Amino acid sequence: MYEFEYHRPANLDEVGRILGAREEAKIVAGGMTLIPTLKQRLAHPSDLIDLGAISSLRGIREEGDRIVIGAMTRHVEVERSAIVQRGIPALAALAGHIGDPAVRNRGTIGGSIANNDPAADYPAAVLALGGSVKTTKREIAADPFFTGMFETALDPSEIITAVSFPKPQAAAYQKFPNPASRYAIAGVFVARFPNAVRVAVTGAAPCVFRVPEMEAALSRSFSADAIKDIKIPEGGLNTDIHASAEYRAHLVGVMARRAVAACG
Amino acid sequence: MAEIGRAVKRREDLRFLTGAGTYTDDINRPGQLYAYIVRSPHAHARLGGIDASGARSSPEVVAVFTGNDMAADGVGGLPCGWQIHSKDGTPMAEPPHPVLAVERVRHVGDPVAVIVAESLGAARDAAERLAVQYTELPAITDPAAALKPGAPRVWDDIAGNLCFDWQLGDAAAVDAAFARARHVARIDLVNNRLIPNAMEPRAAIGEFDRASGEYTLFTTSQNPHVIRLLMGAFVLHIPESRLRVVAPDVGGGFGSKIYHYAEEAIVTWAAGKLKRPIKWTAERSESFVSDAHGRDHVTHAELALDAGGKFLALKVSTIANMGAYLSTFAPAIPTYLYGTLLAGTYTTPAITVETKAVFTNTAPVDAYRGAGRPEATFLLERLVDVAADELGIDPAELRRRNFIPKDAYPYQTPVALQYDSGDYRATLEMALKAADYAGFEARREEAARRGKLRGIGLATYLEACGIAPSAVVGSLGARAGLYEAAIVRVHPTGSVSVLTGSHSHGQGHETSFAQLVADGLGIPIETVEIIHGDTAKIPFGMGTYGSRSLAVGGSAIQKAMDKVVAKGKKIAAHLLEASEADIEWKDGTFTVAGTDRAKTLGEVALAAYVPHNYPIDELEPGLEESAFYDPKNFTFPAGAYVAEVEIDPDTGKLSIERFTASDDFGRIINPMIVAGQVHGGLVQGIGQALLESCVYDKETGQLLTGSYNDYAMPRADDVPSFALSTHATLCTHNPLGVKGCGEAGAIGAPAALTNAIVDALKPFGVRHVDMPARPEKLWRIIKEHPARAAAE
Repeated sequence: MYEFEYHRPANLDEVGRILGAREEAKIVAGGMTLIPTLKQRLAHPSDLIDLGAISSLRGIREEGDRIVIGAMTRHVEVERSAIVQRGIPALAALAGHIGDPAVRNRGTIGGSIANNDPAADYPAAVLALGGSVKTTKREIAADPFFTGMFETALDPSEIITAVSFPKPQAAAYQKFPNPASRYAIAGVFVARFPNAVRVAVTGAAPCVFRVPEMEAALSRSFSADAIKDIKIPEGGLNTDIHASAEYRAHLVGVMARRAVAACG
Repeated sequence: MAEIGRAVKRREDLRFLTGAGTYTDDINRPGQLYAYIVRSPHAHARLGGIDASGARSSPEVVAVFTGNDMAADGVGGLPCGWQIHSKDGTPMAEPPHPVLAVERVRHVGDPVAVIVAESLGAARDAAERLAVQYTELPAITDPAAALKPGAPRVWDDIAGNLCFDWQLGDAAAVDAAFARARHVARIDLVNNRLIPNAMEPRAAIGEFDRASGEYTLFTTSQNPHVIRLLMGAFVLHIPESRLRVVAPDVGGGFGSKIYHYAEEAIVTWAAGKLKRPIKWTAERSESFVSDAHGRDHVTHAELALDAGGKFLALKVSTIANMGAYLSTFAPAIPTYLYGTLLAGTYTTPAITVETKAVFTNTAPVDAYRGAGRPEATFLLERLVDVAADELGIDPAELRRRNFIPKDAYPYQTPVALQYDSGDYRATLEMALKAADYAGFEARREEAARRGKLRGIGLATYLEACGIAPSAVVGSLGARAGLYEAAIVRVHPTGSVSVLTGSHSHGQGHETSFAQLVADGLGIPIETVEIIHGDTAKIPFGMGTYGSRSLAVGGSAIQKAMDKVVAKGKKIAAHLLEASEADIEWKDGTFTVAGTDRAKTLGEVALAAYVPHNYPIDELEPGLEESAFYDPKNFTFPAGAYVAEVEIDPDTGKLSIERFTASDDFGRIINPMIVAGQVHGGLVQGIGQALLESCVYDKETGQLLTGSYNDYAMPRADDVPSFALSTHATLCTHNPLGVKGCGEAGAIGAPAALTNAIVDALKPFGVRHVDMPARPEKLWRIIKEHPARAAAE
């Protein structure tokens, strides 16, 4: 790890002030990606601004037919939240299968989606549920938020404050984990709303994406059978030592059908 | 007295589980410096100039050393402890192994320079300012490809990258048997390369005492005396009397901590140069590229059978990857720890094996849990299953027909070993019964109704443990003896310290050896202390590997205890005014036969240390005895494993539904520790069979599985609950009747699992599936089959 200045401000104004003053400053939420990156000397920030002391960024609340989760809420808190378990049980279940217990006790929802790891779980939930990302500057819908591999619509000085999810009629997430890292080789989140079905895929491509053909077919008939003939094109999917694009394309179909079945 | 056979809780666990252990990295010496090793980022390159001026610019940096600095100081290369001769009689190619690379780097991670600084951070910072010039050369990582004409040469003067071309067995007899065979089963397979991944990464602290001129090395070793011998004699030229090697608590070894590694020599030598202690601790990423790896064979094998399914002959041809340099015992693994095991549990009368060992631009390959025996067992047990399938004979039945019968001992195999005892039929029948082998078809049908492919597979194994005797291994090329040493020190008030040359790094010696001594001397286990791991305390030791500790180290302790009792009898005879011949020894008490006149061991010990009433003209005072034990033979644990798996045809995902192991380890001292050893071995075997694979990029030689993101270690949810049982036939040539249990699981599990996988996929025309059986591989087999059928 290289040397850096460590800050633990008590409010977002202070975060903004430090960010404005120090060009190479970086924000750390749970640090589940950033800390290993620092330890391997793959990043060299001048300053690290820890959001952990800002209590307004933490917590889970219901706002009408939506659930709002503070950016610094830990995965374990989402997993165990009665509000989430009641309103979007698939989201609580997803949080309960991120990484391992240590990761779930440190990692945050805001950190996960700001990082937008191609194989992270939360982006699939945010995109499939049609959530919106609240920041210090604006509210961004899920579709324009995730822009590419480790890329989002956030500008450099913008900080996620919360993620807002509409409650679906039913939803489910199925992931096929990489045997080594346990990240998704292919993870599919299916969310059913009164007038739409949304399907989002993580792990299979450089960035989380939706599958319009599946959404259309499921909107007509919400059953695993309705999507059994839909083939995911291999083009654009990842190939690595763990899985070929062909296998990932196949797994997206299997996980999607299982997610639909799991919606009940 | 009944400590032996009891599941005594491990006495070392409180210290380990509460963080009170002392591992090498827990040790800090006054004035300690930190070493950071600069390693080659290239698989193969010419090493140009090294400009250390930038690295030295920090005031915190104390020194930068390169291979040239060490060579100029007369430092020798890392030695290889076993010399193999090719079948034409020529000795193996044995290239130099400089501690720090000189002129060429030959694998990713090859050490190039060491930075020594006041802090680890400063050393790392300086490493980034070290300018090393590399000219990249073509690299070769695949062992079979390395033998092909035109392959890049790892060593300019070693043609074809061939280290040796070894052969064992009567090839003419094998050919004759094949000529009259009714059936020949054939298999081509790869035994996948593994990275050991002990929980504790390697670490070393070198220290030099200016007053005494003595060097001390604290290191994560399975055998501190071996390191003292190799490093002192061959590398740094320090006499044993001036070199102390301490291997304190060590967090797992699995073979990877047997060898003498460069970092041990670097910190010891640099500590002498700088007159300050120096610590090096591997980062996990560093372990991946610098620990010796395991396995990595490519094999073709053929088994000849007669009309009744009797094995007539076995012919095996293997290419074994040695990596870029010869690690300490590397040449022995694919030869005398592999070829000699190919009879397995069977009466195969003629066997020939040839092994071509090759150099590649990869980390050195050496022993890893099982070491040669898993490779032998995997190919033999796969081949038996192929034969069973082709002949339409039940795999269990084919094995029964070929087992060495239990009344055939001692049994001489055609590949050098002579087995002393065993009952392979007994462990097979136990395993089949416990696994409900007979009821499997119903479970297969039930799984099929759920859309799952269920398969059952079995494997028997036989391993040779406690490699010995010294004279024999010497004639086979070992440059060391393979005995063990012990001291049993009875203190004046009757408590006992045992100094053993075995080393515990997870095996629980502090418990099982204490059980042995408590029973042997008839004293409470609480009064027995087991000391190991320090050349300044222990007389000598060859260390722990190859499941040898109890059979060899325990037997040395037994021998020393016998001497204690013999002396105690003389003392007791004097105290009891009886003839020595009339003294009986039982349960810690010396008794005059037929009387109630007796002295306890404690009373005898007190008399020995306070010799007021003592046969001082005949006996020295004190009650301490040492022994060296050189076994007469290997020990031969064996057993049978049954694996039952289900495969999800939609994804290829596999689950182990049942796993049954029946083992013959001879006499068992602590069944709980034995079960733990079997569990650990089985999980490592499952890791090899299903998950683990070391992958180098074929073009660049970069390690693609250099972290846990890409190297899949087995986790708790990858393994089932194991059903274990044991059946003992005693070892006939050691005083304890013990055989060893450390490696069995890792030896038998891969074959049992792969046989189960092939069985599950039989409807798809599968004959063999190479390890690891990852989901995509299984999915492809299933997916491609209907298309293939249609095409045909």
